[in-house]
Amino acid sequence: MSELQLKDLYDGFRNPDTIRSLAKQIADEAKNLKMPLRIMEVCGGHTHTIMKYGLPQLLPDTISFIHGPGCPVCIMPKERIDHAIALAKMENTILLTLGDMIRVPGSKTSLAQERAAGYDIRPLYTPMDALKIAKENPDKRVVFFAIGFETTTPMTAAVIKATIEQNITNLFFHINHVLVPPAVDAIMADGKAQINAFIGPSHVSVISGAKIYQPLPDKYKTPVVVSGFEPVDVLQGILMIVRQQVQERADLEIEYTRSVTMEGNTIAQKLIDTYLQPRSHFRWRGIGDIPDSALEIRPEFAYLDAEKIFGDILPNEPIDDHKLCICGTILKGLAKPMECKVFGTACTPNTPLGSCMVSSEGACNAYYRYAGVLA
Amino acid sequence: MCLSIPSKVVKIDSESNIAIVDTMGVTRKAGLELVEKEDIKVGDYVLIHIGFVMNKIDDEDALESLKVYKEILEIMDEDERQKLVLEDDNCENRGA
Ligand code: SF4
Repeated sequence: MSELQLKDLYDGFRNPDTIRSLAKQIADEAKNLKMPLRIMEVCGGHTHTIMKYGLPQLLPDTISFIHGPGCPVCIMPKERIDHAIALAKMENTILLTLGDMIRVPGSKTSLAQERAAGYDIRPLYTPMDALKIAKENPDKRVVFFAIGFETTTPMTAAVIKATIEQNITNLFFHINHVLVPPAVDAIMADGKAQINAFIGPSHVSVISGAKIYQPLPDKYKTPVVVSGFEPVDVLQGILMIVRQQVQERADLEIEYTRSVTMEGNTIAQKLIDTYLQPRSHFRWRGIGDIPDSALEIRPEFAYLDAEKIFGDILPNEPIDDHKLCICGTILKGLAKPMECKVFGTACTPNTPLGSCMVSSEGACNAYYRYAGVLA
Repeated sequence: MCLSIPSKVVKIDSESNIAIVDTMGVTRKAGLELVEKEDIKVGDYVLIHIGFVMNKIDDEDALESLKVYKEILEIMDEDERQKLVLEDDNCENRGA
């Protein structure tokens, strides 16, 4: 019998006293920093924790956070959302996707608005439900609009595998899975955000392994600490970063050792590799085209690829964001949500103008919800 | 999308390759496609993401981290108490 209780896992990593004492330890050690720390937390889950627990207020002024592009909903360009809408509007079709995706505005409407207009668009709790829906509707086409970083990719691969094994012929996949390392590399190569340390994503790393970030310390001499999502994890990660900087090291370290290894989940990695391959180009919302930064279905399985099969009805023109929206600048780490003219006025979680306001992992949404902590 | 709340495995249905887990008192099903079947046992802590078990949480590691944090807390408390006393000693307004 394990000595660990569920309660320890829930409460232990959120304990306010632990949070305070860790913050103090960081403040003490940060006195030895030779230059201010600009830490990018790549993942929207971390942005959420940082804002929810008011971590910037607990830390010295020499440590600031740059919010990264790791929110799968926020980086989806409008033309891809228009794809989903075009697919949903095909005759006899059910369109499936995950969570917040249905609220993100495309060029004219969102999937949620189209659903209200009568199209059969369903948010899924788990991609596995796609199999059930396809089987229950044999006379309909079912398209799964798959989104997410490395974290959700193996689940899509598992559904593709089951579709083939169970001979389901009416289920198709529109793949929008994106990869963290090329996006982070693009931001570093650009250099404007002046990031000098990274908090590495939690769940992406559970799947891919921490090893995928090795190029950051190697190429840019930038420390990376893979942290868990709990506030204590994030603070511990920051402490490890401060120590690296003070000792003039740039290493890849794992704070989140209870779930992350260097190698990651190799079963999941194999599953991805069997069905998906890198795509030469993908346009990130606000950031622009990044080569090899996303995945697509392998040519052997092209008969499942909605982008190929229904290609002739899918719009191809790149569509830029609303002209007032500065999501792209925020995702590149060059601005904070409050710098947007319509933040909290014309753009709120209920009336999102841009993608960063939609998902709870988006920087604008996190600032909006937890602004009270900031004041 | 990403929640990191740990779940406890309460039952394994090997026929349908599904684990029944308890997440803060809520019972849910989770697919075992992404893990080695022999690796997951009843009583294990796991992370669930969009209906799948992603990995097993290393109990010992979690316990170890929690212990370290407790120690930090205890040391800091003493340290802080001392600081308070010292700061009090230096207080310019004493007796004002
Ligand atoms: S507040 Fe809204 S419009 Fe402004 S950057 Fe954020 S998402 Fe875009």
